[in-house]
Amino acid sequence: MNLWFTEDHSPHTRFSFRVEEHLYTATSEFQKIDVFQTTEFGKILTLDGYVMVTEKDEFIYHDMIVHVPMATNPSIENVLVIGAGDGGTVRELTRYPSIKQIDMVEIDEQVVKVCQEFLPQTAAQLTDPRVTLYFEDGLKFVRQQENTYDLIIVDSTDPFGPGEGLFTKEFYGNCYKALNSQGILVNQHESAFYAEDARGMQRAHKSIMGFFPVSKVYQAHIPTYPSGHWLFGFASKKYDPIDDLDANAWNALGLQTKYYNTKLHVGSFALPNYVKELLTHAK
Amino acid sequence: MKLSQHRVPIMEALQQYQEARVVPFDVPGHKHGRGNKDLADFLGETCLQHDVNSMKPLDNLCHPVSVIREAEELAADAFGAKHAFLLVNGTTSAVQAMVMTACKAGEKIIMPRNVHRSAINALILSGAIPIYVNPGVQEDLGIPLGMAVDEVKKTILDHPDAKAILINNPTYYGICSNLQAITDIAHAHGMLVLVDEAHGTHFYFNDKLPASAMSVGADMASISMHKSGGSLTQSSFLLINNAVSEGYTRQIINLTQTTSGSYLLMSSLDISRKNLALHGQEIFDKVIKMAQYTRDEVNQIGGYYAYSKELINGDTIYDFDESKLSIHTRQMGLAGIEVYDILRDEYDIQIEFGDVANILAYISVGDRTLDLERLVAALAEINRRYKKDPSSLFDHEYINPQIVQSPQQAFYADKERLLLSESSGRVASEFIMCYPPGIPILAPGERITNEIIEYINYCKGKGCFLTGTEDAKVDWINVVKEDV
Repeated sequence: MNLWFTEDHSPHTRFSFRVEEHLYTATSEFQKIDVFQTTEFGKILTLDGYVMVTEKDEFIYHDMIVHVPMATNPSIENVLVIGAGDGGTVRELTRYPSIKQIDMVEIDEQVVKVCQEFLPQTAAQLTDPRVTLYFEDGLKFVRQQENTYDLIIVDSTDPFGPGEGLFTKEFYGNCYKALNSQGILVNQHESAFYAEDARGMQRAHKSIMGFFPVSKVYQAHIPTYPSGHWLFGFASKKYDPIDDLDANAWNALGLQTKYYNTKLHVGSFALPNYVKELLTHAK
Repeated sequence: MKLSQHRVPIMEALQQYQEARVVPFDVPGHKHGRGNKDLADFLGETCLQHDVNSMKPLDNLCHPVSVIREAEELAADAFGAKHAFLLVNGTTSAVQAMVMTACKAGEKIIMPRNVHRSAINALILSGAIPIYVNPGVQEDLGIPLGMAVDEVKKTILDHPDAKAILINNPTYYGICSNLQAITDIAHAHGMLVLVDEAHGTHFYFNDKLPASAMSVGADMASISMHKSGGSLTQSSFLLINNAVSEGYTRQIINLTQTTSGSYLLMSSLDISRKNLALHGQEIFDKVIKMAQYTRDEVNQIGGYYAYSKELINGDTIYDFDESKLSIHTRQMGLAGIEVYDILRDEYDIQIEFGDVANILAYISVGDRTLDLERLVAALAEINRRYKKDPSSLFDHEYINPQIVQSPQQAFYADKERLLLSESSGRVASEFIMCYPPGIPILAPGERITNEIIEYINYCKGKGCFLTGTEDAKVDWINVVKEDV
């Protein structure tokens, strides 16, 4: 059999997975949801034809979106996660006994159900007693919170489709209000390589910068995301991700990670020149 | 006979024309887009293929006998009118055609002063004389309201020779006068009832909305199909009823309307009419629901007042269009125009207009819930980041105009140019208005007062887009020359 799933990484570049089985397809109120069994990457989840998560490389993304802020401030207790229907971000968070409360807001309940059925690797910890799931618009949820969270993680889809509102200035302003005075905001920050992703990156950066005294960008290498080079935003009212990194404290937790370590933490903030230039121009 | 609203005769004729693969040796010169590749790439080939000229199978807008005629009959049927005219020069031309059909030079027409500039422009063209009825003003909100029935009655008795009355249904803000009562009084005195329904297309297609002009037996109505009706910008309907002559109205329309009616605009009217006739009830149910949701959320932010039917007072606010999202911003210490500017400059959100104390966000079937959430979130942020003491803001009162000359007389009079700041006491020869909403602060023939100058300067300072004068900066104004 010669069955392939192909995603356009740019209008003129494609990325394909050999597919063994099309496990699930449906259109929810918000988007088209598909799960494929692939030969190389295991099960993959796609939304509107874009790869969201694969069993093989999801550890990179979830390590980096969670452990960077947690190692910067190990006393984080209350966390808001926006998006992240696959559950991988919550899974990493639940590994910290110090965390007391995780509110997860996902607009599309069907994504969570599908992941619980097909991707237990990422979704299994959504039933942790500290986790409360809210199925509503992230922008609406965060607008109603004030001075509540130590950490907000924005694990969004791309800046088009249902995740559009999560790349806007009004969203980040509302996040600022929802965080307490120690608050950290980490977000999926698109990529600098292809033009369309770069515009999303610049837009997000510009929207965040205005509100937070600390606003930085870090990177990871994720094979299935366009260009393989992906960025995250780190913004905070108080903590600097490098100056305030408490490596000893984090290492003392004894968490086993496949990608993240405290040296890579520091290194991930050292960006290529072309990325730095794009970020400067976003201002 | 009830016509089948599934029909779209203009669209069908255009499709047949395409299928026949006719070789064009007529205008337009782009020849189905082939002669202008950049334009075809930008607008799409399909669009340019349908940009064709009047011809026998496609009828002629100036004198319709086949498919355009059918489209007009279908529209008349959908709106409950005696006849409907397709217009491609915007609702401005519909308002002008109403006024010019009803009144000749020197004849009187009763209207509220808060009409759109197109109505007063019609007075300049026709030489008709306006008799203004003061609209009520809602003190707290600073918005002009509908006309009080008693005021209208008094004005009609004072001017029994007036030929017609013009009514806004609704105003830009969504406020309706008692259309039925005013129509009945006007008819009892032999006057025509003309209704500017630029913001009321949807009233015809949903039973939860205020009464429409045709439903109360009014004589003519201007319909901005391109606003709530979903057709292309600049496409509108003019409806007539009762004894108004179709032939004479057509002659009046043809005085100013193009002889090269756009088939893009006409087919958009045809398709949109079908859509509203078949699905209007559900479409506007959805719009009303979205507007109500947003209104409730905005009212929870604090600092804003998104108003609705609770304003109804049985007279100057006889009814309210719940599909409108009008929001009072002054309690937050910001003029509406300031909120309007911040939404666009900071949040990439474009709303319909902002005046000194209100904003209007236009909600339609094209809106998505996520966009409504963005609007609410941005308004919450503006409240958090920009709110200030409201006491510094201008308390806008309705300025009762002093009419010295007719608009036509003043517009064509010998005039001189003065600095606006030095023009108090003189008679204006041109308009000054904020656009949008396009309701004149000063119209030709009106006395300029210190109060008016102060108000114009205030609007300028807040960032309103002022227009109407020959001087692009609106620092100078043409006034009527005085006899020496």
